[in-house]
This record gives sequence, structure tokens and C-alpha cells, in this order.
Amino acid sequence: MSGHSTYQPKNAFSRWMDARLPVGRLVWDSFVDYPTPRNLNYWYTFGGILSLCLGVQIITGIVLAMHYTPSAAGAFNSVEHIMRNVNYGWLIRYIHSNGASMFFIAVYLHMFRGLYYGSYKAPREVLWILGCVIYLLMMATAFMGYVLPWGQMSFHGAVVITNLLGAFPIVGETITTLLWGGFAVDEPTLKRFFSLHYLLPFVIAGVVVLHVWALHVVGQNNPTGVEPKSKADTVPFTPYATVKDGFAMSVFLILFATFVFYMPNALGHADNYIAANPLVTPAHIVPEWYFLPFYAILRAVPDKLMGVLAMFGAIGCLFALPWLDTSKVKSMRYRPQAQLYFVIFVVTCWILGVCGGKLPDDHVIPHLKTFTLFDADLNSYVWLSRITTLYYFAYFLVVMPVLGLVEKPRPVPETISSPVLGDSDKKD
Amino acid sequence: MAWPFIAQMNPSADTMALASVEYDLTKIEPGMQVTINWRGKPLFIRNRTQAQVDAAVKDDGASMPDPQPDAERHKEGKAQWLVLVGSCTHLGCVPTVGGGDYQGWFCPCHGSHYDTSGRIRKGPAPLNLVVPEYAFLSDTKVKIG
Ligand code: HEM
Ligand code: FES
Repeated sequence: MSGHSTYQPKNAFSRWMDARLPVGRLVWDSFVDYPTPRNLNYWYTFGGILSLCLGVQIITGIVLAMHYTPSAAGAFNSVEHIMRNVNYGWLIRYIHSNGASMFFIAVYLHMFRGLYYGSYKAPREVLWILGCVIYLLMMATAFMGYVLPWGQMSFHGAVVITNLLGAFPIVGETITTLLWGGFAVDEPTLKRFFSLHYLLPFVIAGVVVLHVWALHVVGQNNPTGVEPKSKADTVPFTPYATVKDGFAMSVFLILFATFVFYMPNALGHADNYIAANPLVTPAHIVPEWYFLPFYAILRAVPDKLMGVLAMFGAIGCLFALPWLDTSKVKSMRYRPQAQLYFVIFVVTCWILGVCGGKLPDDHVIPHLKTFTLFDADLNSYVWLSRITTLYYFAYFLVVMPVLGLVEKPRPVPETISSPVLGDSDKKD
Repeated sequence: MAWPFIAQMNPSADTMALASVEYDLTKIEPGMQVTINWRGKPLFIRNRTQAQVDAAVKDDGASMPDPQPDAERHKEGKAQWLVLVGSCTHLGCVPTVGGGDYQGWFCPCHGSHYDTSGRIRKGPAPLNLVVPEYAFLSDTKVKIG
């Protein structure tokens, strides 16, 4: 969509600047005059919200780093110092810690949106993969950030996750030693995690620029999945998208503020307010909520290496998706069968998240003992996570390739504007 | 050129200067265990009762993921003393003493059961709890590392 520019410098200074470094023109072309499909719905506002989240994390993070001590002896106390002594320290820390959760809520909705409307399909493969890279970097950043307060969950979470990499044959132990900088998670580990936790958000910002660049080359997808064909199909970014994004951000910020001010610890774990003790593991150790589905997949597999591979494979599937989906129709709005599988997929991810937070041997239906299948009772969270893990992979590796070949999609409109301006096409 | 930047991540010289610890065993009553910090990792020293030793020896022939007779897991003539690295061989949590189906240790993280010899019997952990290098300096004193 990078057509010709309509930017008109309005005064002498902007004309002077435009001939030397045309930032004004870039902003105008990208965020004012930029044509967006006229039928974008609120699922399309999460991109803007995500940029907001990144900005919030960077600003609050830089402030926290001014008061934080990256040492095994000082970290926990410095976070308490931020909470008790630093002016508004509690506010800034709660914005940062809840901000991470808000960031993930937004990214998951943004990704499910992409899955539903087929936003990963040609010509948006690179755009999609850059998004997956951002997601991976976010997970690394959030994991290392969670280690910084050096509480019990921080410490033992770090132990478990770094040990995961030890599962790889031959290189595994070398990698864990390299991460630890010693023979266990300790002082050197904390210091390097702090350094990287400071760095990665800026790497994310860089990849976001590429992501948006790729977006502006191929143009936005839209709920019909039909590419814009004429001017009637698009509206300018400003005011249409800016106002819609702005409204969505305001609603999102209300949710954000509700967490920060009314339940700042609802998404965290009480154990992390106990200083790290390498000699005692908390009885029930779980990662942050946004990692739970992957944690469930890890535990669903009885073998250590296979479990780790399944966990990484779950993310790998996302990268491969553009080539796994064989459907000619982009948007699931016109793929009734795909809709069904998609809804099951979303529920599956939710159930996996629930399983990840439970003890594997706990009963799903309380007090009901069924029978032991291989190594666990059938009515247990391990078995529930095994079934859902199976569906998770089947969605990518079976449903996506096969359904595209056998399904009978509904008729797709000629242009974006035809269903909007006329026909009785069902909206969803 | 890249190597110095990778190598700096590895343990530094002071970390490599492996610390060893000595421990006075008279502080541990039969049936009890102490956990001490050794190179940043937990270390178990357990004073086993005769019943616990017998239970371990009795199972020497049982099928297990990482078979090893109990006699190889303690110093000769010191069957009551078990010295183990207290990190679960699955993902490194610290197992709790006395728990699990075999009353050895139970790892709460993902449910690994170890017997009274520290051998893995059930659960996702692949290997027995590691026996570190250690020596008896006297009947009542051990030096680890
Ligand atoms: C992608 C953006 C980021 C994410 C997802 C993120 C996530 C997190 C998380 C989950 C925590 C633990 C919060 C807690 O439980 O206390 C944390 C802590 C911390 N982060 Fe970030 N962070 C981001 C960016 C940054 C940046 C850019 C900086 C510094 C410039 C920073 C500095 C810190 C500091 C100093 C702490 C420790 C203090 C504390 O625990 O509150 N973060 N981060
Ligand atoms: S760390 Fe012990 S069972 Fe996983």
C-alpha cells in the first residue's frame, strides 16, 4: 500500500526539514493518510494497544532500574525498598508487574485474531513470523524480569526453566552452565538476567519497527480476508483508525488500572514475597499465567527431552502456520467448519492453561476415582493435558493442512465494500 | 573474536575455585537429615535408620530407571550415612525428605519419587540423586568437594 505520498509541508520549517530528513512525511504517510480497510473491527485495535504496553513497560522499567539492586543479597530488599520507601515506587512497580500481564492478554488476543482472519496467509508470512519473533522475545523478557525480585518463585522458576535446556543431549549442560555462570542459579545468573532484561525490550522495539514496516508494505488484512480493490474499500488511518484505537486503548487502560489499583497481586504468587532460599522449593511451583499452557504441554509428556521438544514445538507450529494452512480462503468468516475447529482450539488453549496451574495428579472431577491408564488416573490433570496437547498439535498439523483441501467454504464477497454496503451477509 | 564474549558467560575463576565444606555429623540424629548449601546447590546429609537401609537394600533387585545397588551409594561400612546433591534430576527442584511412595524423597514440582537410597523409582526424573565427591575425615566428620 506504499503508494505515492500526499504529504504537503505547511510552513517554511517543515519544507526545509522535508528536503533533509522527511520524518514528517513518514508519519503523515504511515499514520494519517495511510489507507486502512473500512471494515476493521475492535479485534484490530490490539496492535496499537501492544505498542502502548511496550512503551509503558520501558518507561516504568527504566524508573525501576534506578532503584533496583541486581545482586543476590540486595535484589529482594531493593524491591521491598521500592514498595515502601521510594515515592510512588509501589505504583510504578505495580504498573510494571501488571503491565507484563496486560501485555500478554493483548498479545494473545492479537494472535487469536490473526489465526481467525487468516492474517498469516500470503502475502503476510513475513509479517506473521516477525510477530512470532516478538512473542518469543516477550516471553524471554518476561521470564527474566520475573527472576529479578529474587523471591522464592523467581528463584525456583529460574532453576526449573534453565534446567529445561539441560534436557538437550550433548550441548544441554554446556548451555545451562553458560546461562548460570556457575553450578547453580546464583549471583552471576541474576546479573546477566538483569542486563538482558534491560536490553531485550529495545530489541523488541526494533522488531516492532520491522513488523510495522512489513505491515505497511502488504497492507492490513481485514475481517473478510479480501484485499482492498478500490478507494471505496479503504478509509484514511486518521481519523478512523486513530479514534477507534484510542477508544480501545482507553477501555484497555481501565482494565489495566483496575488491576493496578484494586488487585495488584491477583495475577502473582504469594510465594514471591518470600526471599529466595535455594534450599527449599515452594510446595506448589507454577510459572506466571501466560506460560501455563506451555507448562502443561511440558508436563503432559512423561519423557524429559520429549517434553521440552513438545513445548518448543508448540511455538514452532506458529512459525510454520503460513505453510500448514492449505485453504484458499483467508478469513474463517467464510469457513464454517474451520470456525468450529478454531473455537475448540481456543478452548483447548484455555484448558491447557488451567492444567498448567494444577498438580498433575489432582482429580479434574473431585473425589471421582476412575482407573489408572499407564501411569496416572484417567480423571487427572495429566490426562486432561495430554488430550488437549494432542488437539493443540492436531489443529496445526492435521486440521489446517487437511481441512483446506476438503472443506466447502461459503461464498466470499467480491470486494470489502459489497457486504458492508449492501447484501444481507451475516456479520460475526 | 566472538569467543571472549561467549566465554565470559562461563563460570569465573573464583566460582571455579571449587569450594569444599566440612560437616560435623554428630549434629544429625538417626532418621534426620540436614540440608546445607554447597556451591549454591542444596546438599543432603541423611542419617538413615537401620529400617531405611534395609528397605533400600531389599529393593536392590527391583526394576528402576537408573539401577544401582545401595552399597554403591554410600561409603563402605558407613551405610547409615547418605550424602547427596539435593537437586531433583528432573528440573532441579529440592525434593522433600521422607515423602513419596518409597519414603525417601518426594519432589513436589512434577512428582518424582526417590527411595531411601536416593534412587529414582517413579516420576519424570531420569536419574538417581547424585552422590558428590566426599570423604570421611574422621568417624564424625565429612568433607564434601
Ligand atoms: C517487554 C517489556 C517488559 C516486560 C514484559 C517486563 C516484565 C517484567 C516482569 C514480569 C517483572 C517482574 C515484576 C515483579 O513481579 O516484581 C519485571 C521486573 C523488572 N523489570 Fe521489566 N519488563 C519489560 C521491560 C523492562 C525494561 C525496558 C526495563 C528497564 C529499562 C525493565 C526493568 C525491570 C526491573 C528493574 C525489574 C525489577 C523490579 C521489580 O521486580 O519490580 N523492564 N519486568
Ligand atoms: S523437578 Fe523434580 S520432578 Fe520435576
